[in-house]
Amino acid sequence: MFYREAGDFKTSYKDDSQTFPIRFDRRGYYAALLLGFAVLPFLLNDYWTNAVFIPFLIYAIAALGLNILVGYCGQLSLGTGGFMAVGAYACYKLTTAFPDINIVFHILAAGVITAGVGVLFGLPSLRIKGFYLAVATLAAQFFLVWLFNRVPWFYNYSASGQISMPERTVFGIPVTGAQVAPWAGYLVCLAFVVLLAWMARNLTRGATGRKWMAIRDMDIAAEIIGVNPLRAKLTAFAVSSFYVGIAGALFFSVYLGAVEVGEAFGIEKSFAVLFMIIIGGLGSIFGSFAGAAFMVVLPVLIKLVLVDSWGWPTDLAAHIRLMIVGALIIIFLIAEPHGMAQLWRLAKEKLRLWPFPH
Amino acid sequence: MLDANPEGYTTADGRKIGGVLMEMRNITLRFGGVKAITDISFDIREGEIRAIIGPNGAGKSSMLNVISGFYVPQEGEVWFHGQRRAPMKPYEVARQGIARTFQNIALFDGMSVLDNIMTGRLTMMKTGLFSQALWWGRAQAEETEHREKVERIIDFLEIQSIRKTPVGRLPYGLKKRVELARALAAEPKLLLLDEPMAGMNVEEKEDMSRFILDVNDEFGTTIALIEHDMGVVMDLSDRVVVMDYGKKIGDGTPDEVRANQAVIDAYLGVAHD
Amino acid sequence: MVLPDQVLFAMEAALNGLLSGVMYALVALGFVLIFKASGIFNYAQGVMALFAALTLVGIQQGQVPFADLINLIPGVEVHSFGWTVPSVLAIVLTGLVMIGMALIIEALILKHLVNQPPIILFMATIGLAYFLEGLGDTMWGADIKTMDVGLPQGMSGTIDNVTNAWFGYGFYVDQLNIVATVVAAVLVALLMLFSQYSKQGRALRAVADDHQAALSVGISLRFIWVLVWSIAGFVALVAGIMWGARSGVQFSLSLIALKALPVLMLGGFTSIPGAIVGGLIIGIGEQLFEFWVGPLVGGATENWFAYVLALVFLVFRPQGLFGEKIIERV
Repeated sequence: MFYREAGDFKTSYKDDSQTFPIRFDRRGYYAALLLGFAVLPFLLNDYWTNAVFIPFLIYAIAALGLNILVGYCGQLSLGTGGFMAVGAYACYKLTTAFPDINIVFHILAAGVITAGVGVLFGLPSLRIKGFYLAVATLAAQFFLVWLFNRVPWFYNYSASGQISMPERTVFGIPVTGAQVAPWAGYLVCLAFVVLLAWMARNLTRGATGRKWMAIRDMDIAAEIIGVNPLRAKLTAFAVSSFYVGIAGALFFSVYLGAVEVGEAFGIEKSFAVLFMIIIGGLGSIFGSFAGAAFMVVLPVLIKLVLVDSWGWPTDLAAHIRLMIVGALIIIFLIAEPHGMAQLWRLAKEKLRLWPFPH
Repeated sequence: MLDANPEGYTTADGRKIGGVLMEMRNITLRFGGVKAITDISFDIREGEIRAIIGPNGAGKSSMLNVISGFYVPQEGEVWFHGQRRAPMKPYEVARQGIARTFQNIALFDGMSVLDNIMTGRLTMMKTGLFSQALWWGRAQAEETEHREKVERIIDFLEIQSIRKTPVGRLPYGLKKRVELARALAAEPKLLLLDEPMAGMNVEEKEDMSRFILDVNDEFGTTIALIEHDMGVVMDLSDRVVVMDYGKKIGDGTPDEVRANQAVIDAYLGVAHD
Repeated sequence: MVLPDQVLFAMEAALNGLLSGVMYALVALGFVLIFKASGIFNYAQGVMALFAALTLVGIQQGQVPFADLINLIPGVEVHSFGWTVPSVLAIVLTGLVMIGMALIIEALILKHLVNQPPIILFMATIGLAYFLEGLGDTMWGADIKTMDVGLPQGMSGTIDNVTNAWFGYGFYVDQLNIVATVVAAVLVALLMLFSQYSKQGRALRAVADDHQAALSVGISLRFIWVLVWSIAGFVALVAGIMWGARSGVQFSLSLIALKALPVLMLGGFTSIPGAIVGGLIIGIGEQLFEFWVGPLVGGATENWFAYVLALVFLVFRPQGLFGEKIIERV
């Protein structure tokens, strides 16, 4: 009844190309923003903030980034973990070298540096395609992790080989380090998510997004209608790595606080983010969020049900989780290759007509 | 007769045809040891509808691919706008004002009709990445400006109702029309059509013929097309190049070509005795 | 003959690299088979080797499958049937399990993904890898197991003696590597004979050449798929035995198998000789690189050397050493 577009006419092309053309969606979006910024910080306890909301927000950024590359531009990457590591180590090096500059700028700079590294590893994408490229991105994954593990300059010659985040403040409130209040870290991540999601939406609805999708759908035709394939792909690599780098920086500085590179940014991380976008929906902003939420909530849910209430051993629950994730990937690829985002879209199409379907 | 008029000529129905827009000089194209095109020369004049015909495997599509820069010929020169074209990438050719459609439709299946047609204008959209990401005034204004142009083409080809439909869901005939729209959106100086009517029924063919004539008439676009349907070709085109086994065997007005003995032999077969 | 120490050490490293290269080639073979017959790039090949090794050890030692799950029932506590199964019988049983797996994969996954773009199929095999890893761990437990099917292990005395006589320095070569080399050679020969001379092999090559044409002459695609996945499962079993005997049956086994990917990129995805040559190049290359460059940059370069080599190589020759050049068409 409330969800409809009848009577909601667009009189300009500008209105027609807005993000939420349906009034109900628009209101829902503003309500979610209000809830996220003004209500949730007061409601959430520390466990939920640290175990669910902060990782969800950070993974949403990484998923947005990977979705730009895989879902929009069609270039499969298995190097997400490695690029997140670049963001984390760049952030660490910057903030230890220039402690007086605000951490927010360091995080953004870490994104820019990761973008540069991403472009470097994206260069072969002109010559090699599909899963050949996917295997090539494994080179980035293994090389970068090795680099940060073996070259002491990157971890400031610390004895443990780990990097740990010193305390940094935004507006005088600590957002990283041991003293941080969970809601402060949460708000920093939320601000980044909102900004980056909005930018991703803008990029994908305009000329750049069309270039990416043209390359994805048929690269030869794209080139013949005037898209420079190398430039389009490298832009996708750059923007995608920018997002992934910021996610890595946040993952290290706000979420974990201390990082051992092989553990935090190994190939498992690459797959985790890839699974988010497959389950959530390739080529969909909403899907990036849905997938991130799903992959973050699933282990928590499994732990709550299997371990806490049924009393199963933790390692058995972990094995079951692997099976569930693997099976879900296959099920989604078979039944709904566009993921949860498509399910949501279909539900909305039904809703538009409800309760008079004819 | 035509070569004698470097400034152009007037067609039977009174359209003014201009000077030479594109000229192919002694083009030879080989794949390994196989010669797809052997020493072919012809020109395309401004404002005309030029057809390339020939039996299967005559090298017509290869010729179109040479024009659109997808294949680089081993020998010969391509002249466009009175200048010799250096070997260039297909996207650079597109930026010079050459757009095309494909024999096996090459639309972007994951995108809507509108977005597909908007890709035709990508070469003209200049706002930077940063400005686009922030959707600042300029990026938005540019988007609206190009949207208006595209909407005119949508009106022209009568596909308003499927604007937001994903291309993958469309029937064949409409896909062909959307592909034409995408090529037109680039406002090309030269439009290449690769078998625009292949696989269509009579009604769809008539529609398509009408659109091709209208494009030529209203926008003054020069058109080069490949087509199998002889009837259509003879009705539409001003001049016809006939190819067989990679060689040119005829060139002239439809009437001249129809009377050409080599062409008749190629199409009807010839008794070897 | 007297050679400088450095040369001798390098030769020893190269020889060992050559032998582990054979192991890479062995895993790579499984990839090539599936890719040729179905165009699927089977990421799960490594996990299949792990799963096969786990199953083999489990059967051999009389482990109760899914013991951890069964023990959840209050009052039940099972771990072992209390018998041990002879190696040969255990290998045969594991082979049957792998064939059963091929049938299930075909029926539950492949059948539903016909005509999907290769990238979707690739991602599906990543999902399969996760599922199999979880399944293997749930069935047999995740603890590190030792594989003992009676393969010889330890330093090869013959090579030590021979090289000592030649150079005055005995090379250290594990006997297991030599066995693996022989087994891999036999396996490759068998596969080639099978694909050249058997009826099924001809059908397999026909499918690899052209799906549609093969279907039209009455070859059953589904049968072929089950066949190649069974063979790939068998190759995974052999690889699992070799790798498992070398470094224990544990998760890292599936990661080592990942190294078959750069091997394939070097050799070309469709070429059996390519898989072997690629495996040897990578095996030797990474040992020598670690030997010469490793100490300068902190070691452990074998983690990435293969991938970076393949990446650099691909930029200059995208189709691999033995792959066919792709002509693009509009």
